[in-house]
Amino acid sequence: MLEFPRWKVILIVLTAFLGVLLAVPNFLTDEQIENLPYFMPKSQITLGLDLQGGAHFLLEVDASGVISNMLLDKGQTIRDDLRDENILHRYRVVGENVVFTLTNPQDRETALRIIRLSIVKVGVSLSSIGTDDITIEDGSGAIINVAYTEEAILEKKIQSVQQSIEVLRRRIDGTGTKEPTIQQNGPERILIQLPGIEDTETFKRIFEETAQMNFHLTNLAVSQEDIFRGRTPPRTTIYPSVEKDEAGNPLQQYAIRDEVMVSGEDLTNASFSMDQNNQPAVNITFNAKGGKQFADATRTNIGKPFAIILDGEVISAPRINTAILGGSAIITGSFTVEEANNLAMLLRAGALPAPLDMVEERTVGPDLGADSVEAGKIASILGLAAVMVFIVLCYGFFGIVANVGLTINIFMIFGILSMFGATLTLPGIAGIVLTVGMAVDANVLIFERIREEMRHGKNVLAAIDAGYSRAFGTIIDANVTTLIAALILFQFGSGPVKGFAVTLAAGIFTSVFTAVSLSRLFIVTWARKRRPAKLTL
Amino acid sequence: MLLKLVPEDTNIPFVNARKMAYVLSTLMIIASIGLYFTKGLNFGIDFKGGFLIEAHTEQAADLAELRSITGNLGLGEVSLQTFGEDNQILIRIEFQEEQSLVEVVDLVQKTLDTEYSDTVSFQRTEAVGPKVSGELIESGVLSVLLAVGAVLFYIWIRFEWQFGLGAVIALVHDVILTIGMFSLTQLEFNLSIIAAILTIVGYSLNDTVVVYDRTRENLRKYRKKEMPDLINLTLNETLARTVMTSVTTLLALMALFYFGGEVIHGFTAAMIWGIFVGTYSSIFIASPALLWFEMRREDSDQSVEGQEVLPPQYR
Repeated sequence: MLEFPRWKVILIVLTAFLGVLLAVPNFLTDEQIENLPYFMPKSQITLGLDLQGGAHFLLEVDASGVISNMLLDKGQTIRDDLRDENILHRYRVVGENVVFTLTNPQDRETALRIIRLSIVKVGVSLSSIGTDDITIEDGSGAIINVAYTEEAILEKKIQSVQQSIEVLRRRIDGTGTKEPTIQQNGPERILIQLPGIEDTETFKRIFEETAQMNFHLTNLAVSQEDIFRGRTPPRTTIYPSVEKDEAGNPLQQYAIRDEVMVSGEDLTNASFSMDQNNQPAVNITFNAKGGKQFADATRTNIGKPFAIILDGEVISAPRINTAILGGSAIITGSFTVEEANNLAMLLRAGALPAPLDMVEERTVGPDLGADSVEAGKIASILGLAAVMVFIVLCYGFFGIVANVGLTINIFMIFGILSMFGATLTLPGIAGIVLTVGMAVDANVLIFERIREEMRHGKNVLAAIDAGYSRAFGTIIDANVTTLIAALILFQFGSGPVKGFAVTLAAGIFTSVFTAVSLSRLFIVTWARKRRPAKLTL
Repeated sequence: MLLKLVPEDTNIPFVNARKMAYVLSTLMIIASIGLYFTKGLNFGIDFKGGFLIEAHTEQAADLAELRSITGNLGLGEVSLQTFGEDNQILIRIEFQEEQSLVEVVDLVQKTLDTEYSDTVSFQRTEAVGPKVSGELIESGVLSVLLAVGAVLFYIWIRFEWQFGLGAVIALVHDVILTIGMFSLTQLEFNLSIIAAILTIVGYSLNDTVVVYDRTRENLRKYRKKEMPDLINLTLNETLARTVMTSVTTLLALMALFYFGGEVIHGFTAAMIWGIFVGTYSSIFIASPALLWFEMRREDSDQSVEGQEVLPPQYR
């Protein structure tokens, strides 16, 4: 193990240098980082909420209401159709089924035919779900069960979670919060982290509020000049457009009638589509009630524009080209693909689809975070110093080499964490300090082995060689087992514990590298140059 | 050298003391299990669900006065304790079905503002619902079991099954004693303690694997040596390293324990205990445990090549 081909030397030195370089941005101010040349790494370690203060929420999407609404809506549509055909029946929602009980069992065949047609006609509110997602259970006699398949319900739940995330993101962005984390956590949960936020009340309201989204008719009698002056007739309000110019002023103002044409609650879906001219458009679908209102409103207002208003801003003001009767409409305009997609998202994101339950909530004040950072710093420096002194006392010159390795090791841990944009938590700092203690282990294994080999009468170079080669296998085995524990921690841990697992794992790699490659390179280079007859170890 | 913790050529008959170690360990395990079932663990809100408020007061906190105020909040059992310094307090409140964290925090803050003689400012607030806490327990237990299983598998593949079993016995021993320590001291048992236990698992194994590695090497080197002598030799050969690594790790942990802040106190306490237990178990439990199982040395001699740890270029 004394041979170091040139390429290996270059590789080892380069790796160590790169690791240290990656850590550099953490020690610079923002301004200094700005001024770094373009090839320099710039990413820093993010501090966890426990270190910088902030709020952490875990919300559970309660989709049961969505599912039962979906069933109820379906039930109503079918009921209307059965009524039109004079088939007497009762219906109710039982669990995840809509159960129709026919008054005359002999109507069964006709009823089944109508139900099938009804399902096909209305389509299902989810764009991605076809009619196959509804099953009609041929019960017996007078009873007919209509239900969504498990897949359809699951899809609806997933959609509810994703939709909730979109809504929450839009709302949180609206508050100007910096660097919020909003992500799915498990099948039906949403994790939200807001660094630096102390006043959680605002956010709690945000999580509970269902946004107001409604369809209104515009008041064409009001001129642009009146709008500019703010003069409006009764029951008309001026709303700004959601698009803003660079100065933050709305691009356009609209005079909108206060009367709600269709409530946003009755919108069941919005998706990107193409109109008959192959132009990007947005397809919207209403439930039975909304569809009917929309049909009535459009029939009497052909040629006039209507406006979609979300949280006091006009998202879009399309013109009614024709009466729309089927419960679904297409909004055309000179959209780009991106704009159409965006509008569909906004429409879908309009209201929270389901109530959110708060299942976990943590806030840390910024002072406490700063205290923790300070305590972590002091503990790390003292721990490191104690270990270093001890190592030098025990191994002399070799100890100094080990300490150089240890220092580079710590920089490299910071480098790796920065590279992956990992989050440093207080347990993460503990992980680093612990790594310091354990990183020495590889060196100890090697040095003790070298001592042993010398006791057995080997000369210096042979003892160093044997020490490194014999200890190598042990080092690998010992570190792989710790790595297993770290990986499992990462998989099952949450929040700060994950941060600990990340630093522990990073520390394992860097400490093996520094002990087996870097300090070996130092010691071998030294031993070959000096050719010491005796080792003080 | 200036400092040599373990003199050269020690010859401590560790294996001869194994019966005593077995008795000691068995007693400690029984005590731990007994404590667990009688005293139980002081579960933090991660595992129990509920609310936690860390606050500090200007002067030293008057716990008696605070207790009487918080006792009348109508929030069920409220527990109070100082945390690190005497003007730092931890308030624990049972999970409230009807109230959110903000409402609970608000209520406590307002009540303390009007009724307590000193200014109280809240530093940290947490709420964990019962559903989440149940899942956290589940994943905590699962992760410890998985870690032990994965390690058994790894050692079985790298060594032989006897080593794997010995290591796992030592691990289970360490985990039980750590839980026992938490039951005895009533230190808060929370998510970070699970992390500590898994790290102890990693550390104890690290120790055990180093000794086993040498045991295997010596098994090949000294084919005629009796097993107890061989294990003694191995333990003595690796003793310097075992002590050195324990000391450096302890030094780092002591710094964390005394200067790292109150939040990770439990974590470092668990780790410090774990270093002692892990070191003890790899010397007195894991290695002597190899005596319980028949080592087929002839077989392992034949398959020396296949089991060599080192890649050929390092042999």
